[in-house]
Amino acid sequence: MTAAAGTASFIEVIYLIATVLFILSLKWMSSPATARHGVWAGEAGMALAVLGTLFQHGIVDYRWVAIGLVLGSIIGVPLGMVQMTAVPQRTALSHAFGALCVTLVGTAEFYLRAPAVPRFMMAVLSLEIILGSLTFTGSLMAAGKLQEVLPQRPITYKGQNVVNLSILACAVAVAIYLVINPEHTRLFPVIIVVPLLFGVLMIVPIGGADMPTVISLLNSYAGLSAAAMGFVLDSKLLIIAGALDGASGFILSVNMSKAMNRSFSNVLFGAFGQEQIAATSSDQARPVKSATAEEAAAILAAANKVVIVPGYGLAVAQAQHKVRELYDALTKRGVDVKFGIHPVAGRMPGHMNVLMAEADIPYDKLLDMDEINGDFSQTDVALVIGANDVTNPAARTETGSPIYGMPILDVDKARTVMVIKRSMSPGFAGIDNPLYYLDKTLMLFGDAKAFVGAIVRELGGTQH
Amino acid sequence: MKMDLLTSLYVFMLAGFIGFEVIRRISPLLHTPLMSLTNALDAIAVVGAIVLAGEHKSTLATVLGTLAIIAATSNVVGGFLITDRMLKMFRGSAPKKP
Repeated sequence: MTAAAGTASFIEVIYLIATVLFILSLKWMSSPATARHGVWAGEAGMALAVLGTLFQHGIVDYRWVAIGLVLGSIIGVPLGMVQMTAVPQRTALSHAFGALCVTLVGTAEFYLRAPAVPRFMMAVLSLEIILGSLTFTGSLMAAGKLQEVLPQRPITYKGQNVVNLSILACAVAVAIYLVINPEHTRLFPVIIVVPLLFGVLMIVPIGGADMPTVISLLNSYAGLSAAAMGFVLDSKLLIIAGALDGASGFILSVNMSKAMNRSFSNVLFGAFGQEQIAATSSDQARPVKSATAEEAAAILAAANKVVIVPGYGLAVAQAQHKVRELYDALTKRGVDVKFGIHPVAGRMPGHMNVLMAEADIPYDKLLDMDEINGDFSQTDVALVIGANDVTNPAARTETGSPIYGMPILDVDKARTVMVIKRSMSPGFAGIDNPLYYLDKTLMLFGDAKAFVGAIVRELGGTQH
Repeated sequence: MKMDLLTSLYVFMLAGFIGFEVIRRISPLLHTPLMSLTNALDAIAVVGAIVLAGEHKSTLATVLGTLAIIAATSNVVGGFLITDRMLKMFRGSAPKKP
């Protein structure tokens, strides 16, 4: 065996170990108790793979590699230190970076091989480039909407879907032509530029409420484009990592669409915000019961079981830490407090759990919709903070409602419902909520942070 | 050549199944750190970029490769960092009580 071949199989073994570590890394993510081991396994696998690659025989010049690694780390550190409320836009941005890497490598590989690119190679290369480019701009757009530098409202026009799909079809057609005639290298930039445009147009009609699904879908695309790159480079490690990421993104997007009772195509082509005008028409003047912080505190103190339902409005009001004080004050009085978390409560899958964990609320008190829904009938008080549509009983009964069929938290089954809300204005999807007019419902009007703070003061637990 | 392609497809398919089975078990509690972790793992694409930049076959390949290294490395560093920061915050109630 020559030295070069020896090194090559050594690197392959390193990649094999890295692959095992990656799979273990995901496996350990299944429980909060072992999840940090998962991160360490992932880091170890990554370090091994990168170090092993540096021994690759063909590498003659380490300067640019070093510059890239150093600059990347300098950019990566601040991206790893963002606030927890900003994690969704950070994640979207990292999908964009991942897709950018894949697109750049794919482009370079094409020009290194052109014009004699084998057909299969050209096919996976096209797939890599098309997915990579559209994920790049799509993710940038999503990040912009989440960061609110771009308008969050969906922008729609007649025939939008036809236009978008034609643009994508055009890129695919050129790609097919290139597979058959790879010598026409001048056409190659088309399959970069057109999907870049498609990525932008794809996100334009998508509203803020659909972001959890879209981020997951982009995650899946980023993974699949990396897997395609693995086919191009004949790297099993990359194929596996890409397939894992693609599967993960796919599962999350299915979860998110289910949680909103909508199909993929409906999220991508349906522009949710459109329906709101029709839905909010009547019944504006129905009477509601409201209560003060003092009354709310008295009811909470007398309860045995309380379920708090946090929504994204809670995070916007920065009320997490006040909620933690409320949790402490009630727990101290012997009240059993749990949190019911809807899958789409935050801006990305699981986001609300992170925000609550940041406020030091124990994770075993954070229950998923399916886990908590059976408990509401034995719950004395359901306290809804900054959530609206995910508690709307119209989703169960009113076939005409835009959210009909969406799984909700059954807060209306609790003995008393309290809702902290600024005013009676409808939520994200612009749909009126019959929950607020129930006899057992008390509206607590005010800013979430201030109101929870007032309840805590009434309960006599302001310290800490 | 044909054999290589087929082997790669097998690998892809099996990895997809493993991904489904492993990730399906992850509770929604950890879905945000899961996404940032898979994102960091996905940035293993950096190995392709390293070879590209290091082989120095053409100026274009070196420039694109270096940019790709920067993009992927920022995902590796940022992804692992934020995942660990998030997971550190998840604490159970039992050991917390004084």
